[in-house]
Order: sequence, then C-alpha cells, then structure tokens
Amino acid sequence: MKIHEYQAKELFKQYGIEVPFSVLCESRGQIEQAIKKTGVPCVIKAQVHSGARGKAGGVKLAKDFQSAVKFAGEILGMELKSSQAGIKKVNKILVEQAVSIEKELYLSLTFDRTNECIAFLVSSCGGMDIEETAKISPEKIHTCLIKDTFNPVETVKCLGFESDITEKIARIAQNLYNLLIEKDASLVEINPLVITGNKEVKALDAKINFDDNALFRHEDIIALKDEQEENPYELEAQKYGLNYIKLDGTIGCMVNGAGLAMATMDVIRLAGKDAANFLDVGGGASSEKIEKAFKLLISDRNLEAVFINIFGGILRCDFLAEGVKNAIKTLDVKCPVIVRMEGTNKQQGAEILNNSGLRFTVVNDLNEAIEVIKNI
Amino acid sequence: MAIFINENTKLIVQGITGKEGSFHAKSCQEYGTKLVGGVTPKKGGSEILGVPVFNSVKEAVKETMPDASMIFVPAKFAAGAIIEAADAGVKLIVCITEGIPVYDMIKAKKAAAANGARLIGPNCPGLIVPEKSKIGIMPSSIHKKGNTGVVSRSGTLTYEAVYQLTRLGIGQSACIGIGGDPVIGTNFIDVLKEFQADSQTQAICLIGEIGGSAEEEAADYIKNNVTKPVVSFIAGLSAPEGKRMGHAGAVISGGKGTASSKMKALTDAGVFVCKNPADLGQTIKSVLV
Repeated sequence: MKIHEYQAKELFKQYGIEVPFSVLCESRGQIEQAIKKTGVPCVIKAQVHSGARGKAGGVKLAKDFQSAVKFAGEILGMELKSSQAGIKKVNKILVEQAVSIEKELYLSLTFDRTNECIAFLVSSCGGMDIEETAKISPEKIHTCLIKDTFNPVETVKCLGFESDITEKIARIAQNLYNLLIEKDASLVEINPLVITGNKEVKALDAKINFDDNALFRHEDIIALKDEQEENPYELEAQKYGLNYIKLDGTIGCMVNGAGLAMATMDVIRLAGKDAANFLDVGGGASSEKIEKAFKLLISDRNLEAVFINIFGGILRCDFLAEGVKNAIKTLDVKCPVIVRMEGTNKQQGAEILNNSGLRFTVVNDLNEAIEVIKNI
Repeated sequence: MAIFINENTKLIVQGITGKEGSFHAKSCQEYGTKLVGGVTPKKGGSEILGVPVFNSVKEAVKETMPDASMIFVPAKFAAGAIIEAADAGVKLIVCITEGIPVYDMIKAKKAAAANGARLIGPNCPGLIVPEKSKIGIMPSSIHKKGNTGVVSRSGTLTYEAVYQLTRLGIGQSACIGIGGDPVIGTNFIDVLKEFQADSQTQAICLIGEIGGSAEEEAADYIKNNVTKPVVSFIAGLSAPEGKRMGHAGAVISGGKGTASSKMKALTDAGVFVCKNPADLGQTIKSVLV
C-alpha cells in the first residue's frame, strides 16, 4: 500500500525526523490561507501516488505570494502525467515552506529481496533519479545490508561529512529503521534529504510503501488509504476478496490461481490480443463469488470476449458453471464467452453450461482457446 | 528414491480442525500419506480423521514422532506456527498459508535454518511424490508416478503442467510448489540439486513467474550443475510493471524481474523455454526421447 507525501511526513514527525512546515489544501478556498501560514518562498507540491512529480509539473517553487497562488491554482485539479504512474488527477496539494539547501542527499531503507534482509542506502547524489545514479555512478551509493542490528554510522561516514552532520543523518536513519520495522513498511525513502544553510538536516520529500500482508495489525496505516488513488474496479473487487487488476486489453479473463491467471494473459497475447484484466478468483471460490467476479468482469464495456480458464482442483467445475450461468442470466452479455474447465466435476460443469440455453464456446485446452480468440 | 518425502513419512497438520486443514489432511490421508496427528491450540485431547489432536507441536512431537508438518494456520499466526514446528524439532515444514507479513517470514526462515529444518513455502501448494505420499493441496488424481521432476512458484499453473504430462503418459518423480512469496524456505536451486541427484528423475520442468531473481539464479545453477534436460515456462510476459499479480512476490519493479530477462537467462543456460504454457507437456515429451 502506498500513501501520500503529506501522510508520510506526519509519520516522520512522529519518529522525530524533521520536515519543513507545510499546510495541506484540498480545495481552492484553502489556498491563500495556507500560503499566508507558510509564508514565501514556498513550494507547491501535488499529492498523488507517483514518483517524478517534479518532471511532470506537479512541484513548483514560488518566490512571492502572487505566483504561489497562481501555481497552487494550476496544480490543484490538474491531470498529472508522469512516466511512473500514468495520468492522475491532483485532488490535494501541499504548500510547504522553502528551505535554503546546501546539499541534497538520498536516503532509504528497503526490503532487499535477493538478500532477504533490509538494505540501507545513502548517497550524496540526492534529488536525482536514484536508478539513474545507480547505473551511471554506482560508487556514489553506499549500501549496508542489515543482517542483525542496525548501525548506520559507519555507512553514513562514507559520505565524508563532519561529525555532527554525520551523527544527525545516522539518527534519522535509525529513526527511519524503527518506523520501517514497527509499521511493516517495505520501503521508506527520503529524496532529497537536505542539509540546510543552518546545518540542519531535513526531509524535503517522503515516500513510504507498506507490506499489504501486514496491514491487519496497523489500523492507523489502513486509515491512510486514499480510495481516490485506486482504480474503482479494483476497489469493488477487494470488497469480495477477489484479486483483480485492471489492464488495457479487450479480452476479459477469469482464472483460479495467480500463476495460471498470468499464464492465461500470456496465452491471450499469443492469440494476438491483450487481456482486459487480471482476475484470480482463488482456490475455494463459491458460485456466489464466481457470479460477483463475472459481473465485475463484464462491467468493463470495452470487451471483445470473455475467457474463463479454470483448473478445478479445490474449486469445483460445477460451482463455476453455476455461478457463470447465474451471472449471465441476470446480465446482458453481448460478447462471446469462451470457457475452458478442467479438473474436479468437469462433466457436471459442462452439462450445466450446455443445458443453460445460453451460448458458450467450450474449449478443451489452451491451444484451442488461442485459435478461438484469434478468430474473434 | 524419493524427494524430501516417501511412503514412510509421518505427517502432522497444524490447523487440522479448520475447514481447509481438515479437508486437505483427509485428502493426503486418502492418498496414502501417514497422517499421525494434528495441532490446534485449545482442542488438544480430541480426535479427527482417526488421529489425535494436540495443543502444541511439542506435545505432538513427543507422542507421534512426525517427520513433517503441514501448516494451515491463518496468516496472522502462520510465522509463529513455523517457528513452533522448527523449535519442536520437526525437520520438514510445509507452509500452505498465503499472506504472511514479509518481516515475519524473515524471522521464521531463520528459525527453521537454526533448527536444521527444511521449510517449503509459504504460499505454496505443497509437494507430492506420486503414488507414495502427498503433503499439500494439489488434486491427487492428475498425478502419475514417473520420471519428470516438477518445481514451481505457482499452484494451479503447476496442475496445468502436470495434467498435460499425465495425459501424455508422462509421470512425475516429484512435484514441488516452492511458493509465490518474496521470502520462501526452499528455492529452485535446492530442488534442482535433488532432481539432479535423484536416479528416478530424467527430466525437469521448472515453472517460474515475474518478480525477483530466483529464475536467473536457477539458470546460473543449471548451466554449471544440471546435466538432465530442463524445460521451463515463465508466467507474466504480458504483465505490466509495478503491479502485484496476485502472488506477493510476482511484481516487476524498477525494470527488474521481467519474464523476458528470466527467459533469456534460462535459454542461455540451455533450458528449453516454452512461450506457450500449452506446449509444456509436448516439450518434456520431446526431451525425454
């Protein structure tokens, strides 16, 4: 789960990490008041779940009151187009006091999958795209894999600052580590972390991602979820415990199991089309759940066809057939429905579909499915 | 020779009185697995499927001396269940549960290693040595004894592959689901090692998916250590970046973990990589001749 910068900064404050003073605006009426509170110069920042906001025109420095009002008015409500997250409408902006910057750093803690531990990364090349830095000059990123206890000082020393600055950065790293562990974050990132003219160290940006599997024990984090950032289809699917991701293609698909669902998308591409979604109905889906999943699937109006691919192990084919039959009966399904069922109670499932009076194309295996999809 | 389990393997099930736990414990028992007991806190002293239920793994170990434990405990408590089994001295722990927090798994994996236990999973279908023993949730009927070893990060996609094999008359030496999470106990290389050493296994089917670098590492291992033919399919060639495709571990991030990178690494290591999952069975057939 992702959260906004302003929410991440609130968490930073709780963990003793200094951030510049800022005010959140959710409507145009709040803009002038907010700028009066922060004073100028100030920075206007779009609050959307996306990186590279600056490049997309979502972050602007205003030197005087007039330009601050102008920028805020432009950014609030704009359609932000970023390379990382596509197009997003800006519903909230953060008005933040500008600080004098002497040096920009990069600092992050993240779960390192290859080494199965937490990695601490720090670099004196802040403000830039860290992936670029890693490619061009990897020696400028200092990494420490945390196997047991975390001792940030040694790594921070590599940056070559005087001892009091080193100490301040190390303290921030330690606090950030505590946040990561206590809140089950998979990533905490500050880019840039700045040294100000007064030799203070402040987080100018804040990014935190959380482990979805651990949200059950963090009600405070769940409360930070911004539903406007989520795809409405995906939100609907979550209510029914379905694993659904909206994609750009025209073939809707419904599958049991994540691996088979991905493989089904690949099969659709082999047939020259693209999947409209990823949908894993899970192992033990009931016919009610199948019905809900099917309704959700065909609420997408751009479909050329629906492909149902079920390998019934735990999920019984007759349950599946019953659910699909009930869903189609109550809905006006115009596109062809291709069904491939295998496994437990396949015969009964096929009978239910064949006797339903509805039109299905039943295929026996994935190669047959490819042929049928090709000819749509 | 059998891999990790055989007809004599004694099994306990943690979470045996739950809906999933009892259903699959029964299915394993019917397959011929020696189910000797189960664990559900506060239900000790009762009986299910003709075997005793214990309050703790420690008690179950004392009374039944199991070789393996299969875990169906809910995600909140599953890492604790792995640690409990490891501490009690169970040497093979198969965790089916999906949705365990990643930092919990790091601890659980350490506990298993510290106690010399092999952990399979979590978020996996378990393992089966056809016609001998099953510790998992896969549909029994699609399997057949034979000489192809199957290892996979996925559940239903593995059933798909196994079904194709069995229909072509090709049996399996063992099918092992290693799990779809970012932190798992047993990886591709651990299983490849077993398949290479196993005299029954003549070909290997490796099913991977997007996310992480396990397939690339497996490719490197195969290049230097595996002489048996390996056939592979990698799911997720059409998956978008940055989206978690069902499995917690199936995500392409920062351009890393793509299907094409994995397919290239495997092809370079001499593996027969199928672009179409429907071709897995036929490809295995062709390498076995």
